Amino acid sequence: MIRLTGIERVFRVGDEAVHALRGVDLLIEQGEYLSIMGPSGSGKSTLLNILGLLDRPDAGRYELNGHDVTGLADDELARVRREAIGFVFQFFHLVPRLTAAQNIELPMVLAGIDPAERRRRLDKLLGEYGLEARAGHRPDQLSGGQCQRVAIARAMSMGPTLILADEPTGNLDRHTGQEVMAVLERVHREGGTVAVVTHDPEIGARAQRRIRLVDGEIAGDASA
Amino acid sequence: MRFADLLAFAWQVLGGYRTRTALILLAMGIGVAAVVAVSAIGEGARLYVVNQFGSLGTNLIIVLPGRSETAGAMPGVLMGKTPRDLSIDDALALKRSPSILRIAPLIVGAGDVRVGSRIRETPVLGTTAEFIRVRQMAMAQGLFLPEGDPRHGQPVCVIGAKVASELFGARQALGEWLRIGDRRFRIVGVLAKQGQSLGFNTDEIVVVPLSAAQALFNTEALFRVMVEAKSREQIPDAKADIEEILRQRHEGERDVTAITQDAVLATFDRILRALTLAVGGIAAISLAVAGILVMNVMLIAVTQRRKEIGLLKAIGATGAQIRAAFFTEAVMLALGGAACGLVVGKLGQLAIGQAFPDIPFTAPWWAVIAAPLTAIVTSVLFTVVPAKRAAMLDPVMALSKR
Repeated sequence: MIRLTGIERVFRVGDEAVHALRGVDLLIEQGEYLSIMGPSGSGKSTLLNILGLLDRPDAGRYELNGHDVTGLADDELARVRREAIGFVFQFFHLVPRLTAAQNIELPMVLAGIDPAERRRRLDKLLGEYGLEARAGHRPDQLSGGQCQRVAIARAMSMGPTLILADEPTGNLDRHTGQEVMAVLERVHREGGTVAVVTHDPEIGARAQRRIRLVDGEIAGDASA
Repeated sequence: MRFADLLAFAWQVLGGYRTRTALILLAMGIGVAAVVAVSAIGEGARLYVVNQFGSLGTNLIIVLPGRSETAGAMPGVLMGKTPRDLSIDDALALKRSPSILRIAPLIVGAGDVRVGSRIRETPVLGTTAEFIRVRQMAMAQGLFLPEGDPRHGQPVCVIGAKVASELFGARQALGEWLRIGDRRFRIVGVLAKQGQSLGFNTDEIVVVPLSAAQALFNTEALFRVMVEAKSREQIPDAKADIEEILRQRHEGERDVTAITQDAVLATFDRILRALTLAVGGIAAISLAVAGILVMNVMLIAVTQRRKEIGLLKAIGATGAQIRAAFFTEAVMLALGGAACGLVVGKLGQLAIGQAFPDIPFTAPWWAVIAAPLTAIVTSVLFTVVPAKRAAMLDPVMALSKR
């Protein structure tokens, strides 16, 4: 469960203060599937970064799974990200010199999980995301859809409760995009909370709960 | 993060940027190799000099006329004529000391040595029978100068191996007569080949009895007296005795210098060691340069791998883990470079060893330890800033879409 109360985020651009988020209150239940939409500059990426603990709000309170994470130190935030949050990016952000399997393994390596256990989870993930044949390939040998599947498998490797996807289909053709969304939706069906930031109304419409941001404020919160 | 995984991760980075890795290894390798090779040359020179002194004989004290306050200089040579000469009687009087085993007075000059129509100018040494034992030389043929009163020598001589071959060719030299100036000497022995010893080639000398040399060069004064103490422990006693005996004989004036081999050796040893350290230090500058190169490359890496670092943070890497990754990379580079450098330095040392087989080139132990250590320490130090910068990187900025 996620509870945001009165979240503010202000960026300084020169002398000017830009309010990316103004007093955002949001409650997300475990297992929800929501899309965050809005025009450019409406603060949707900032909101996602705050949800993902990559960015800190200037004011307000953030509770994740019942714990206040607003004031945590950097290293504690890193630990929470590692244990509880999975990221999927528009540009995949795979490490180019590592194979698909090594990329998927990376969060487990950082967490210090022992190699036998890593191997076990890796085999399971490769199977689930249909990547067995591609495990030894590097990202430049993979298609965009395969890259994003690797990225999703990587996000899932630590068994997070929250998956955050920033324009996950932004760099894919329509068909591959649909496929990737299907993969994310499967994560949701298995009990994960999934939040997708997107420009694409068609993608946004697939979510049960649609949040619309305008000028850093929640302008719409509709459930299908 | 497990240590093995950290190593594997750094290894993947090094393998992922091969050119970069090769260049740093090269820079580090050159630095380490330079320190090893240069210090090996310095150490070789030191050992060479030390061995040269060692080949003079053991437990040796050299007595020379004139007084000098510093060991190592040669007062008789530097100051020209000295107040009082050393005489044969002075030399013989030294035998009174219980610490002295044997003595060999010495007169040195140059003479034209002729056999038939062949003439050769060689250094001529006037000394006594004990010289060969004091100097620890060996005979190839025949005997050394006969024992007996040094004031009345027989007309015999001993010649060096090269003199023998030049004057007699393949003919037997033993028993033949040769002429030095206007005097005739019968050859009773040929010295074994020994080669260079402190700039003095014993293969090229002619040794005659002391009294003959005095007559040849028309001098009573001894060039120096070589004294062998009974043991290493007795060297200081012997030295004190020499000074006391000669002081008494010279009307209470201390006008001779007794140089112990150890003192000369120690001086040269110190000087050459310092020299080796200095050139090694200069070579170590290249290691600092390599360190700066590492920093430069690491700074570039932080920029180049911004997205990767951002990603690592997003998926839960702590600042400490990012720093550890950079330091591991730097240390691996330094270790690799040091290993290459040690091998190359060793090969270089062997190569110059081949070129100059007389000189014992060996890298001193401190250089072999200090060079890789310096490489590692500089690369770690120079990685502090880049690693810190990487750890501080804001993941949102790093991952932002361009």
